[in-house]
Amino acid sequence: MAKYLLQRVLYMLITLFIVASVTFFLMKLIPGSPFNNFEKLTEVQRNILLDKYNLNDPVPVQYLHYMENMVKGDLGISFQFDNTPVTTLLSNRIGPSATLGFEAMLFGSIIGIFLGVIAALKQNTWVDYGSTFLAVVGKSVPSFIFAGLLQYYVAVKWGWLPVMFWRGPEYTILPTIALAMFPISIAARFMRTEMIEVLGSDYITLAKAKGASFWQISIKHALRNALIPVVTVLGPLAVSLMTGSLVIERIFSIPGLGEQFVKSISVNDYPVIMGTNILFAVLFVVIILVVDILYGIIDPRIRISGGKTK
Amino acid sequence: MKKSKLSLLLVLSLVLSMFLAACSGGKDTSKDTGKDKGTDKGAATEQLADSQELNVLESAEIPSLDSVMNQDVLGGTILGAINEGLYRLDPDQKVIPGVADGMPTYNDDKTVLTIKLKKEAKWSNGDPVTADDFVFAWQRAIDPKTASPYGPYFMMGKIKNATEITEGKAKLEDLGIKAIDPNTLEITLTGPIPYIESYLTFSLFYPQNKKFVTEKGADFAKDAANLVYNGPFKMTKWDGPTATEWTVEKNDTYWNAKDVTLTKINFNVSKDGQASANAFTAGETDITPKLSQAAILSQFEGTKDLLRYQEPSIWWLKMNEKIPALKNKNIRKAIALSVDKKALVDDVLANGSIAADFLVPKGFAFLDNKDFRDTAGTYLKTNKEEAKKLWEQGLKELGVKEVSLVYVGQDTEAAKTTDAFIKDQLEKNLPGLKLTIESVPFKIRIAREDKEDYGLLMGGWGPDYADPMTYMDLWVTGGGQNHMDYGNPEFDKLINSANKELALKPQDRWKALQDAEKILLEDDAAIAPLYQRSSNLLVNQKVKGFAHHAFGAEYSYQWIKILKK
Repeated sequence: MAKYLLQRVLYMLITLFIVASVTFFLMKLIPGSPFNNFEKLTEVQRNILLDKYNLNDPVPVQYLHYMENMVKGDLGISFQFDNTPVTTLLSNRIGPSATLGFEAMLFGSIIGIFLGVIAALKQNTWVDYGSTFLAVVGKSVPSFIFAGLLQYYVAVKWGWLPVMFWRGPEYTILPTIALAMFPISIAARFMRTEMIEVLGSDYITLAKAKGASFWQISIKHALRNALIPVVTVLGPLAVSLMTGSLVIERIFSIPGLGEQFVKSISVNDYPVIMGTNILFAVLFVVIILVVDILYGIIDPRIRISGGKTK
Repeated sequence: MKKSKLSLLLVLSLVLSMFLAACSGGKDTSKDTGKDKGTDKGAATEQLADSQELNVLESAEIPSLDSVMNQDVLGGTILGAINEGLYRLDPDQKVIPGVADGMPTYNDDKTVLTIKLKKEAKWSNGDPVTADDFVFAWQRAIDPKTASPYGPYFMMGKIKNATEITEGKAKLEDLGIKAIDPNTLEITLTGPIPYIESYLTFSLFYPQNKKFVTEKGADFAKDAANLVYNGPFKMTKWDGPTATEWTVEKNDTYWNAKDVTLTKINFNVSKDGQASANAFTAGETDITPKLSQAAILSQFEGTKDLLRYQEPSIWWLKMNEKIPALKNKNIRKAIALSVDKKALVDDVLANGSIAADFLVPKGFAFLDNKDFRDTAGTYLKTNKEEAKKLWEQGLKELGVKEVSLVYVGQDTEAAKTTDAFIKDQLEKNLPGLKLTIESVPFKIRIAREDKEDYGLLMGGWGPDYADPMTYMDLWVTGGGQNHMDYGNPEFDKLINSANKELALKPQDRWKALQDAEKILLEDDAAIAPLYQRSSNLLVNQKVKGFAHHAFGAEYSYQWIKILKK
């Protein structure tokens, strides 16, 4: 197990290095300058700015410089936020996004798995159809529609919850629900399909023959085995939820990463683009590793130990 | 300043608003609600509310509060609230003294200004605001080591020796600003500047407390604790450029604190138009950011909450004369005449913007209280018949039957709709014209313009200072903003004389600029002006004295009073 982990961490580092390098050169292909009103400046004025931020160096030199600083943990300073280190920006902004993503993930997977399970157990009844309908709606209607409707009705019309901002637990409820619609539908759909498949398998028949109760069969035998594919899709989904949603963050005025990332690209804020991308990549590779480890916990058949099977 | 139609999520909000706006059916358009302009002392029935605390939404973070480094409109607005320069704009856009004690005195050729400072002007740490604080800030702004993005842009060619310092040919001390004594400032210009007084209202020219800035070093302006204030308000909460909320409170050390009624303003960032409107409806904010989407505005059309005014920003089609077809004057004129501007502003934009048959916007530049626009003509009014004739004539002159052009526009949904409308208009009215729209992000549009890599380009311009020249000198032959290969010696001559020998003769200068505008539009059809944009925001009716400005600080909060409802 230790050897496996070590190997995985090594691969992770290589992945990150490639992601950082590719991002760097792709980013330099975006036309335009990172400075506002740059087009109004004279050659002399432009050079003063470019020199200050080392943007007059050849791109490979800039690359080496960046990689060297990155290894030291210095991600540079943002252009759009005067003199703010990228690390400060990211650490300030990841909190709300991660909190929201985590809540949506938790809420979404619990509701989704529950819906999927009951849909499978009550296959071809109104419960099944209802849950399937909900799943289709959740997947096909974009979250900004939910967000907008929730904000308008729950907050503005009925006044039950705050309209926007990020000031306490009650402020997270509406965005969490809006953001959770997608994981709910994904979890419900996968769960239903897998449950139906598992429920039809031989070992369930065997368990039934042995006289196991309905709940024992459903929870202990069927649910556990049906969870594998769900965990596989929910892992990466968790990352994308926790790194922030542009739409939800805009509508509910949440100071998160999602909005920030998109804006940094459109204004050519190079250090922020790099920093955010690297952060996302780190989260992704870590989550993928966690998912792989979870497989082993959920299903003993998948446990890995240096090539030997237990 | 170039304006970006920053409504990334317009389509989203649009779809959404269709759900929400279904019930509200505002019909008539309220015209400029200019009454909300602060000088309403007379009304005796007005009773102040017990709480003078205001809640405001802004659509972005403040990128910088170092007045020397700031290049952002919001930054300028907030700096105007917490700091003060020599002069500021009043609610009617007149220049009034700030730290300066009265208007400047000039030498004979109007190149040297002597300005007395108010003795009672103080920083929030108790230091007096002195002439040295101005000298320090200005030198910092032009120092190449500071790399201020706007310092050289605002000073070169205007303040004596600024260009030389930037090029390394003069020392910082040679900059045309001297402290005669702690309360007297002498500013030397490279030549007379007719609009110098309003120019000095820009935050770049604000003073900075030398002792404070030097002491803080790299930490200066990092957050509220690392700032010092001499304006009507002081920042009591601001965690730095990434903060999405901040608070200003009345500054009791301000020389005119007795006239500031508000005790506190809470700012929050909301980037989504519909969400901001929702917050307004729910009473969570008193003032929203600018809202531009027709679908949102239609919910408030005709209500007293909607504040609408024309901002001095003009949108136009640039025509690149490097393309042989666009070198032809008749072709250009045909294009300029064939877009139905009225339909564009009424049906497509539907946000109070007005059709522009001119270059210098309405309600922006005044001489002896007369609007530049009122004394000048209108040009290139939509005329489809005439357009068709000119088009055919142009095609004949070129010896072709078809013209294909690349049309560069922005990638926001609002821009795409406008561009599609214009394409449809042009192709329908000018047989044989084929346009390919390329919708690109703002920065890329700028880069394409810079490289003259377009046929037609949708662009706009907002003023850098309160004078028609800010729109006119863009088009001189080889000018830094021309980017379309336009040139007319006659036009150049008029602009040059307005800058030089007519600088001291305001009436003649005005005339020269109006003649130049006529050459540019009527004679040459160098660009096709389309519309003057309007600003729309929601302001709670209990808020009186909210002032908006045409350039520099966008709004002033210091004259606001909150009334009992």
